[in-house]
Amino acid sequence: MSTTVEDRYKTTIGLETHVELSTSSKMFCGCEVGFAGEPNTRTCPVCLGMPGSLPVANATAIEYTLRIALALNCTIAPRSLFHRKNYFYPDMPKNYQISQYDYPVGSQGFLEISGDFGTKRVGINRVHLEEDTGKSIHVGGSGRIADSDYSLEDFNRAGTPLVEIVSEPDIGSAEEARAYVTELRALLESLGVSDVRMEEGSMRVDANVSVALQGAEEFGAKVEVKNMNSIRSVGRALEFEEKRQRDALANGETLVQETRHFDEKTSTTSSLRTKEFAFDYRYFPEPDLVPFQPDPEWVESIRDALPETPAARRERFATTYGLSDYDVGVLTSSVATSDWFEAAATVYAGEPKRVANWISADLFGLLNEAGIELAQAKITPAQLAGLVQLVDDGTISGKQAKTVLAQMFASGSDAQDVVADLGLQQVSDESALEAAVDEVIAENEDAAAKVRAGQLNTIGFLVGQVMKKTKGRANPGIVNDLLKRKLG
Amino acid sequence: MPDLHWTGARELARMIEGGDVTAEEIAAAFVARSEAVEPSLHAYLHPTFDEAIDDARAADRRRAAGEARSAFDGVPVAYKDIFCTRAAPTTSGSKILDGFRPPYDATVVARCGAAGLAMLGKLNMDEFAMGSSTENSGFGPTKNPWDLERVPGGSSGGSTALVAAGGTPWAWGTDTGGSVRQPASLCGLVGVKPTYGMVSRYGIVAFASSLDQAGPVTRKVEDAAALLQLAAGHDPYDSTSIPRDVPDLVSGIDGGIDGMRVGIVREFQGAEGTQPGVAQRVEEAYARLEKLGARLEEISLPSFEHGISAYYLVAPAEASSNLARYDGVRYGFRASGAPDIVSMMSRTRDEGFGDEVKRRVMLGTYALAAGYYDAYYGKAQKVRTLITRDLERAYEQVDLIVSPTSPTTAFRLGERTSDPLAMYLSDIFTVPVNMAGNAAISVPCGTSPDDGLPVGLQIIARSLDEQTMFRAAYAFEQDLGWIDSAEGRPSL
Repeated sequence: MSTTVEDRYKTTIGLETHVELSTSSKMFCGCEVGFAGEPNTRTCPVCLGMPGSLPVANATAIEYTLRIALALNCTIAPRSLFHRKNYFYPDMPKNYQISQYDYPVGSQGFLEISGDFGTKRVGINRVHLEEDTGKSIHVGGSGRIADSDYSLEDFNRAGTPLVEIVSEPDIGSAEEARAYVTELRALLESLGVSDVRMEEGSMRVDANVSVALQGAEEFGAKVEVKNMNSIRSVGRALEFEEKRQRDALANGETLVQETRHFDEKTSTTSSLRTKEFAFDYRYFPEPDLVPFQPDPEWVESIRDALPETPAARRERFATTYGLSDYDVGVLTSSVATSDWFEAAATVYAGEPKRVANWISADLFGLLNEAGIELAQAKITPAQLAGLVQLVDDGTISGKQAKTVLAQMFASGSDAQDVVADLGLQQVSDESALEAAVDEVIAENEDAAAKVRAGQLNTIGFLVGQVMKKTKGRANPGIVNDLLKRKLG
Repeated sequence: MPDLHWTGARELARMIEGGDVTAEEIAAAFVARSEAVEPSLHAYLHPTFDEAIDDARAADRRRAAGEARSAFDGVPVAYKDIFCTRAAPTTSGSKILDGFRPPYDATVVARCGAAGLAMLGKLNMDEFAMGSSTENSGFGPTKNPWDLERVPGGSSGGSTALVAAGGTPWAWGTDTGGSVRQPASLCGLVGVKPTYGMVSRYGIVAFASSLDQAGPVTRKVEDAAALLQLAAGHDPYDSTSIPRDVPDLVSGIDGGIDGMRVGIVREFQGAEGTQPGVAQRVEEAYARLEKLGARLEEISLPSFEHGISAYYLVAPAEASSNLARYDGVRYGFRASGAPDIVSMMSRTRDEGFGDEVKRRVMLGTYALAAGYYDAYYGKAQKVRTLITRDLERAYEQVDLIVSPTSPTTAFRLGERTSDPLAMYLSDIFTVPVNMAGNAAISVPCGTSPDDGLPVGLQIIARSLDEQTMFRAAYAFEQDLGWIDSAEGRPSL
């Protein structure tokens, strides 16, 4: 039996994740952070790099960075420094970026991921804080700077606090990479430090991928992959890259160290530049800022106040609420969803599992149809709990509840009100149903005779007739009982 | 009444207070004097004379209404063109910032404005404060009012030339390696380099961030203390400014120096390149301090000999990064006709920067390059630590340290432009002070018997001990009596 290409090669992936922090002001000035606004309106002398301007570090950004580093189980540096990273680019106002170098806020942490590959720890090499650049729009040509007619610069984003999270090269496949990004994104979201929207660039992932023969002592040539704008893209780009490198090696080709660009449309990567002209960033300590030494008590208070991690929440949902793996997955997909579910489960008197089913199946169906997020929906958790309660106490049937939910979703009304408006209350009062049952028996003598003769399966037909007569409002269980008694 | 333009700022404030003169009359006198001397000196880059007179007039109205902003409301002032000002362009002496008008005031300018000072204009300087003669200005050199064939020193040469000529009662300069003290010495003035962090750097075009510090240029010691008092103190916009209250620098200035211990640096005695006339005047100054009650002691600062070499790694390294922003993209000069962004940036910098700036940007880029960092920038920072330790050790023994400010008097225009190393040695006594961050002042000690040009005495204090520094300088100045004599004024 011959070994497959997959078995003969080992893939090594390290991920660098940049996260824009959702602080109210920028990293080193008082300008507002945000996407909206006319170009270059959220700027000041500091974030435009004007002569004589000086940076002042944003304490909230440092706190958020500590939160991230602690949640990733990092060691917190007792003394941390900003460095200047020097290189020329028109979207960088000072032509250097204030970043961190050998004294990052956090280092030596880990993130636990799980999937079909099992559970594993991915090491976190470092968590550091820096500032974002502006945005270039290259007009004409291919849209890249080299062949454009001219470029426009928007510095609204310049100076936004940016945290860089560098993993160790512990990731062994595209699937693990996807799991890492998914878990990291959920963790960052739970910390409330970023919008973590990959499509909008508030979370950006670059990968270093190398493939080598199993058992080889050295890593293969390191290939950096950029422009992966969703978790799905991360998976597709790395699958492509893993295969490309394996195939190349299998064909006896030599891989070169380079940077490659992922194309969303074709799901392929192409070479952007080789590392032959490596940048020398001339790092040196930022003389405009003083080193910061976070007070250990402050660090501990941040650690104590860390919210539940997504992993812990998943565990709790499964054990406390007895939810299925599927429901846990859906209901912990975002903090907002988890909180929504828990709010509904709290006011609901029955088994939380019931509410969970209604959310993961029916409500999510409506959300997908409408193309909106749970947070934007008109229906509240208490309203959903009220609806499930009406089903439980027999006021409406499960089938009717779906209609009611759609109405509630559209209007934001309470379940009771929708049921009243549609005249859907189930009739369970025997005296109210007796007339209808008698009429149906009178109108269907043959069927009634069969039931009397012991053909009990015909009773279903008679129940159906009663339902028809009551426009579906009769409680079928009660009708069934009444028929049995009268024909018994 | 004496000539207003030879009157110090504190004295002018007293005259206004006494009703002897209005701020408008004072401003008019300094404008007239500035206009008279400017053709010979070229001290100004952007005069704002009309605005200064308007501001002085407004100050008179405020005073009449009992709403004076300070004792100095309406007194004129001028700034080295390195301070950002909304009211005038700011070039830092460079063509690359030609036409740049900042939308903000430096903290120093804002605080002086809040005290009511009326700005006469912006003054010439070596490009980005890199130089010791003001010949590196992108807009032509400034002349020394003591001898128009000679340089005023630098980089704050516009400030010292104008104060020495009576064009302004006081001015602001900046000192990165001696750029206030050395030109003050060459122009017969008082020049202060405060403790690093005493004065906000916000809005001061950066040369070398860890060394830059703004300082007053005045004729009288008391005025230097008063001007520093107006602007000093913590600024939330400068993370390196010291978060503590500034003591009263003026009121105890006449406390004398009886019993003070004053250190004379063994390694500076007979230092190479020190002119005999300079050495003589400085020796006389030491004797005068002793006569006034100070106890002279010899001290050793062995690391000081490495000061210049270490400085010429640290300062250019920081400058290479600080000056990267001048690329033609957002403001200032942009070279025309470049086919792409890379050539636009490099042409802008090629055409916009002068030779000395390019030399230092290249030096600094090299010093920070991967593989050289430890050998150059890293080692220079270690030397800096040694200098600081040497000083700390010395201050266990003495209260102040004295030395010449500059090894020579004012040199001739063009004399050192082709020899950068000779130019760099102008700052041999001043540079180590910036490396350590201490406070220092240059105070005139008469003219050299060699050439009749002014000589300066440097008094170096502990960090944040400006009070002792001013007391010593004041005692010396009062006893010498030179600045108030006819000898203390150039014949221009």
